[in-house]
Formats: sequence, structure tokens, C-alpha cells
Amino acid sequence: MIFERRLLTRDRGTGILEKLWQIPWSFVLLLCGVAAVGYVALLSAGSGNPDLYAQKHAIRFGFGLVMMLCIALVDIRVIARFAWLGYLGGVALLVLVLLHGNIGKGAQRWIDVGPIQLQPSELMKIMLVLALAAWFHRASWERIGNPLFLIPPAIAVLVPVGLILKQPNLGTALITCMIGAAVFWAAGMRWWKFAIGFAAAAVAAPIAYDRLHDYQRARITTFLDPESDPLGAGYNIIQSKIALGSGGMWGKGFLQGTQGHLNFLPEKQTDFIFTMIAEEFGLVGALTTLGMLLLIVAFCYLVAFRSRHQFGRLLAIGLGTNYFLYVFVNVAMVTGSIPVGGVPLPLISHGGSAMLTVMLGFGLLLSAYVHRDAEMGPMRE
Amino acid sequence: MTAWRPWGGPGLLGGERSIRKEEERRRGIFTRRAAVLGAIQLGAFGFLGSRLYRLQVEEGARYATLAEENRVSARLFAPPRGRILDRNGKVVAGNRLNWRALLVAEQTADVGATLETFSKIVPLADHDKARIEREIRRNRRFVPVILREFLSWEEMARLEVNAPDLPGISVDMGTTRIYPETEHLAHVVGYVAAPAERDLDDDPLLQLPGIRVGRAGVERHHDRILRGRAGAVEVEVNAVGRVIRELDRREGIPGQDVQISIDAELQKVIRGKIDEGTTAVLLDARNGEVLAMATKPSFDPNIFNAGVSAAQWRQWTAARTTPLINKATNGLYAPGSTFKMIVALAALDAKVCRPGDIVSCPGHLDFGNNRFHCHNRNGHGGMNMRSAIMASCDVYFYEMARRVGIDRIAAMANRFGLGVDLDIELPGTRRGLVPTRGWRQAQGKPWSIGDTIVHGIGQGFYQLTPLSLAVMTARLATGRAVQPHLTRTIGGRPARGSRPEDWPSLGVAEADLRLIREAMWGVVNGGGTAGVARIPGQYGQLAGKTGTTQVRRVTREQRERGYNANAVPREWRPHALFVCYAPHDNPLFALSVIVEHGTSGSGAAAPLARDIMVEAFQRLGPARPGQRVAEAGR
Repeated sequence: MIFERRLLTRDRGTGILEKLWQIPWSFVLLLCGVAAVGYVALLSAGSGNPDLYAQKHAIRFGFGLVMMLCIALVDIRVIARFAWLGYLGGVALLVLVLLHGNIGKGAQRWIDVGPIQLQPSELMKIMLVLALAAWFHRASWERIGNPLFLIPPAIAVLVPVGLILKQPNLGTALITCMIGAAVFWAAGMRWWKFAIGFAAAAVAAPIAYDRLHDYQRARITTFLDPESDPLGAGYNIIQSKIALGSGGMWGKGFLQGTQGHLNFLPEKQTDFIFTMIAEEFGLVGALTTLGMLLLIVAFCYLVAFRSRHQFGRLLAIGLGTNYFLYVFVNVAMVTGSIPVGGVPLPLISHGGSAMLTVMLGFGLLLSAYVHRDAEMGPMRE
Repeated sequence: MTAWRPWGGPGLLGGERSIRKEEERRRGIFTRRAAVLGAIQLGAFGFLGSRLYRLQVEEGARYATLAEENRVSARLFAPPRGRILDRNGKVVAGNRLNWRALLVAEQTADVGATLETFSKIVPLADHDKARIEREIRRNRRFVPVILREFLSWEEMARLEVNAPDLPGISVDMGTTRIYPETEHLAHVVGYVAAPAERDLDDDPLLQLPGIRVGRAGVERHHDRILRGRAGAVEVEVNAVGRVIRELDRREGIPGQDVQISIDAELQKVIRGKIDEGTTAVLLDARNGEVLAMATKPSFDPNIFNAGVSAAQWRQWTAARTTPLINKATNGLYAPGSTFKMIVALAALDAKVCRPGDIVSCPGHLDFGNNRFHCHNRNGHGGMNMRSAIMASCDVYFYEMARRVGIDRIAAMANRFGLGVDLDIELPGTRRGLVPTRGWRQAQGKPWSIGDTIVHGIGQGFYQLTPLSLAVMTARLATGRAVQPHLTRTIGGRPARGSRPEDWPSLGVAEADLRLIREAMWGVVNGGGTAGVARIPGQYGQLAGKTGTTQVRRVTREQRERGYNANAVPREWRPHALFVCYAPHDNPLFALSVIVEHGTSGSGAAAPLARDIMVEAFQRLGPARPGQRVAEAGR
């Protein structure tokens, strides 16, 4: 049965209309819903004035949506072919940002690309997933068991991680590592090698802590005891928790969040947008939003399970983990569960770079879904 | 690594079947691994959900409170301070409007230029400029900074006219304390000043800028009552503290008016009669109300309000005449012969003599190797108690003291308010000193009979305040343990202690007291030492006792050459004292007068006391309605 269906759709000459039909519009609708939540939250962050954040957010999302749909129509095999090229491009941008980047919060993170500011580390995560998926695509179980085979992809992870650390941006570097690890895991790397890797990381952590910048150390110590420095580094976490907690079950109502509107909440339109939602719409609003984001991640798994080629599976898992990490780190951060890391909540928080890279990733995901039955060539030993 | 072609030819494994088999195996591994990963991520979402539940539902109430505390800021504002009125309702400490110029830095483009323009209209001292610049730097830009207080009408008019050139400057109305009686009541009413560190208590009002607290006198004693309770405005503030809107306003409780028993007009008249170094305390003998408490020199309490300059402070504290000190409550004097009534009462109480017992006065008393002189060198001859008081015979009281002993004298003195804490509303009032044998021995010194003899005429270690002597006189006159006090009403409600019945009897035998009163009457009206103090008949008759206390020992040589106190330098001359009450048959007023270096009680203090009494009768005498006491004709 399955084999026959694959034969039916394996021809890559499928027409544009057929592909458009294949696009999971319910997922696109879900994305629009999440973006709408973002619009409402940003409207509130702008005190009801759409010109401040919400309007730009809608325009960016529209632009991202078109880009996503265009990418969705690109054949997954073409994408796979240029995966390493994309990876090299990402590394080149990381080098460029180190040489010519704009400095924000003591780190070189942005480069100006026309009207928008691009954060190459965001793009890099997508490109890394692509490259790793391409690397492991045809590798058999036995081949992945060969340590030599794992060295090139390990280098492919460590090079961008090193460059991101150099910016320095500890949080994103760690997230990039985790995404890489997820793809390695899904590809079938032996679990005891993971165990060794974690043990090595545990040993290296104290040494790494010594080499951290002061602000990074402050973040970690503040996390451990936010009340220790209530007006300094701990201020953000405390105010965020107060905003969340005071929202209660049903929230204070749209535009009624005192913590946000009286500016106690820091960076409310970017990193702390989720707090804004939770304050004004309560636990109900927060869990609804979280549920929608969970659905996005779940869809990535759906794509992975339905893909008939390993490239698609690994790509979907990698992209799903990428989005999952955005959501988890951001929400855990605003609830005071992990150190403040400057991680946005893509599709909801204000900011073009994360939105566009995430939409780019979803374009690739949709392509993998549309071309889930594509013939990708046989496995190699 | 070999180049990898996604859609290249057949793999090394070859064969459709084995590829499919291998593919199935790999897919199975992927599915299991993805399921693990998915489970972890789902668990992470669950963690976030539970975390949100804990923050928003379980701890929601706590965080809601914290958010409210963030948002709402209570701003206090000071209620008007209660006034102090004299017994006739005349304001002796009031509030005056104080127009202040304020600057809000954020409302002007150029703070420097605005200040420059302002100082051309209203001159600013250099130290004011420095203070303004410091406050502008220190405060947030929307906080008003006081540029000048106490603006005159003319200055305000000029500021109004030039308002367009003064962006950010506004004039606002505050209040300031004013003392219409200036130096006449300074020691009683006291003054207010900015709170010092030690004044800070739990009252949030004291944290307000520009607040004043009572620092002396009634202002200090009744500070809480006068201060009232702070009003509060609850305002919504944003993260930097700017007020967004007013949420709630709670008016404060204004300070209550305090009426004191002083007659301001009488006080002023008395102060007009006295010289520097003189103190007079006039009590209502029936209930201990202080009617006047005059001392010179004094100071103007209004100066404290705006802050005392260092030069002024140095001048006050360096002066030998101690203008800041209320000599009525803090000046310490030996009572001299005014103490003899106490010795007499102690002797009667201890039954060591009867009133009629005669003591012969040859002009001196020899005891051991010492000779104790009487002020009358020729001696008074045979003296009984009445004549000894009237003539102020020293030898008689030497003998009485010797008989009764110092400790019984001290106990009697304490019963009459001498050497004990008096419950008057003037902080810092001194207790004085009435020595006992034990007190001296505690210092490691012996007490001899000779010491007792000297103390029989109120000399020696005695240190008493004019107030306590007035209290002694009032208690002699009424036989009641009246306490001196100033408060008549608080917020219109009468304070305790205005009726004679409020005060318990002293428990001294009435016959003894009557004898002493008769003797004191005789001092003035029966050919005693103070005939000069007789007052016009319509006011009744005055009873009193003179006192003259040496401030410098009279040597034997001086005594033999014929000592003339008026011939020595002024600061060596004796103090002059007079205590009295009137009318004799129905006491209304008790008075003590001390004239420093006045040479003689009968010469300097008695006539002054007489004049003060006449003034007291004219202003507060029995002719006035409501002043007559029930127990007439005693």
C-alpha cells in the first residue's frame, strides 16, 4: 500500500496547483491565529495605538507568510541540494557580523540588511538544521555508529556555536547546541555517546563559567536569587513575575495591565510580550496562547512522522525543536524559571529578525510536508 | 567523505528489498527517538503550564498585592498645625500663609536660563542657588524644587507679570508658624523647627519636606496633638514615579488647638516691669494654672522657623544672660529665707517645738567652733515662730533646723513641691536639689550638724527653680498638692486639673498651716520685713516672705567693717527673693519673684511682687465673673 502510494506521487513534475492543494492550510491558519494574538498583545503594548508596534507586526507577518508559501512550493530536493550552500552562507554572515556588526547590549549581533536588522545567529539555526538533515539523510544505522562519520557534522555545529559565543551571546549558542543535539539524536546517534557528551559538558561548565562575561554571570547569579538585587539585574524577573501573578485566572482585561502600562515591565513589546498577555488575559489567555504554540510544535512532529524521507523527518524535527526552544526559553524566562536570555517569542513579540527566520523555517517545513513522498534517493552504508 | 548525491544512482547496498528493509529499520529508530524528544518537549510545555498555574492562581493574590504596591503610591500631605491660645483665646502661636516659588525642571527647556531670569526678579542668595542646583540634580525632573519661601506680595506680583519668561516656575501656598507675642512667651510656647534625626519616630508625617516639629515648650510637649495626622493622596505612579492620576484622597486630621493658662497680656505687662535677670512666676493658687511666667532676657521664636543663622546661635549661646534658657523652670537658686516656712512646718510636724516656744536671738548662734550669724547683728531678742518668720530671724531657724534635722526638712520640702519633678508641660524643667544626709553621704562626704544649721535658713546646697517656689507658695496658701500646669483645653475640651477639688490635700495639719499663713500675713501687714508689699485694700491682703541669698561668702573682715551689699560689684550682690499669695483670706494668686543681684528681698523683690499682684488682680481678680471661688470667708 504505502509503496504504491509513494510510486504515485514520486514524480516531481507535480503542478503548482496540486502543490498548493497539498499545503496544510489549517497550519497556516494556526500561524495566522498566533500572529493575531501577537497583534492584540502588541496593540496593548502600544497602549492601544497600532502605529507603535502592532501595524509593523502585521506587515512583517504578511511578508513572512508570502515568503513561507513561496518556499513551500520549492521542491524539497532542490532545498536539500543547496543545504550546505545555505549553511556556508550562514557562517559567512556570522563572520560578517563579528567584523561589521552593530553592537547591542555589549555584543555584536545585528547587521543591517536594507530596512531590517538581521540577526545571523537566528538564520544560522535554520541553516544548521538543513545541513545536518542533509548530512544524515542517507546514513544507515551502521554508518551513524561510526564515530568518524559524526566528526564532520559535529564540526558543522561547533563552528557557528563558536562564532555566536564570540559575539558574545551565550543563550543563542546554547540553543544552537541543543538544536544540533536534537538532530543528532533523531538521526540515531548512539545514546551512550550522548551520555559521554553530557558528562563532558558537565565537567566543562565550571571552566566555561570562568570565561563568561560579567553580565552573563550576573544573569546566572540573578537567576539563582532574583530578590538579591531587586533594583538591578533581578528587577526584570521580579516585575515579570508580579505582572504574571497579578493577572490571576482571568486577567485584568485588555489595556488594563498596570504592570505593562505603567512601564514596570521591561521590554514588554519584545522579550516580555508573553507577560503582557498573561497579565491582561490571565491564566486562561496564557494557556490558550501556550496551547497554540504547542500545536505549532506538534505539527512539526506530524510532518516528521508523515515524511517518507529521512531528510524531511530530520528537517521537521530540527525546525520543531528550534521553535520549541524559542517558546520554552522565552516563557521559562518570563516566569523566572531560567536566566533571562533575551530570547524573543517569534510570531508574537515585536521584532523582524526572529519572525522572518521562523517563517523561513516554516516555509521549509511546509515544503517538506508538500514533498513528503518525494523520492530522495537510496540510503548509503 | 564521498560526495553525496541525493537523487544519485543505486546505493552500495543495492537491491530494492534490502533498501526497503533498512529504510523500515531506520524509520523505526527515528520514530522511537522522535517520540522521546516529543515527550520531553511536551513535558516542558507541561512544566510551563504548571509554572503559570502556580504563579497566576496559587500565588496570584500575593503578586496582585505586589502589583498594587507598585502601582499605587501614597503621598502624604501635612495638615495645618494646631494653634496655641492664651487663656483669653488670644492666638500666641498661629499659622501664616507662606508663598513659595517652585520650579519643575522638566517644564523648562533651559533650567539655568530660567533660574537666571528668576533671580533678576526675586534675588537669590548664593547658598540658595547652590541648594537649588543640588536639589535639581538629585531629584527626578518632574519633582518640584523650592526656590524661595516667604515671598512678599510685591515679589509675587512681579513673578506673575513675568510668568511667560519663567516656564516651569509656579507659586504655591504653604503655611508657616508665627508667634505674635514674639519674645514675651518664647519660653512657654517654645518654637518649631525642622525635625532632627532624634525626633524621627513612627509618624510618617515627619518624612515630609518642610515639616516643622515643636522643639521646646508647649510646642514640644503637645507636639503630637498640635501636629495632627497626615492626610494622604493615593496616586497611580508609573515605573519612574511620575504621577499618572489621583486614585483616592484621605484628608488628614488637623492639629488640635491647645489653650494654655497664660494671660498673654498680663505676661507682657509683667515683662515690661522686670529687668534682665529677673524671673516671676504667677500661679492660680487654687489649681496650679500658670498665669504668667516671665523672665528676661528672651528670644524671638519666629527666628527658628526659617532657620537660625550660625552667628545668631553663637550670640545666644555665648551670652552670660542665657536668653534661650527659661529661668523659671531651669534657673537654680538658693531659696534663702523663703525656705523658712518649710523649716517651721517640719519642726511643728515633728513636734520638736510648739509655736509659742521662745528662742532667744543674740545676733548669732555658736555651735562647736563655728559662729552662725543672724542678719540682724544686734539680735532679735526672744522670738516665737510667728515673730521669727515676720522678722526673718536666722538664729531661730538655725535652732529649729538643729532640732528637726535635715532629712525631715527635706521631706517637708518635697511635700511642697521643692526638689521633686513637677508635672508641667515644659520639657527640660529641672527638679532642683533639696539635700539630705543620704545624698551628701552618697558623695562620700560627711554631714555635720553645722551643715543642717546653715540649711535652716535656705542656704547651703539648695538649688530651686522659681517655679517650684511658686508651687510651694500655692501649696502653703491652699494646703492642696496643686501641680503647676499650662494646659486649659485641648481641641476645646477642658483638660484635667482646673478645679481645686482635682488636687488632693497635702496632709499637713491645718493649724500648722494657719500659723504659717498668719506669719506670712504679718510679714507684709503686721510690721514684718515686707511692709512695702502691701496692696490696695480692695484686692484683699497679701501674705508673703522675703529672701536674700548670698552669691558670695561674706567674710569676717567684711562683716566687722560693716558689710554693705550695695557697695560691692553688681555680680557679687545677693539675689533678692519674694514669695507671696493673695488674698490672704481666700488665696487666688501665688507668686514667686527672683531678682538676680537685687541685693535684698524686701528692697528689690517685694515691691515688684506687689506691682505684679496688683496687675494680676486688675486683669484676673475676683471682680471678673467666674473667677470667684466657692469657699469664701475661710
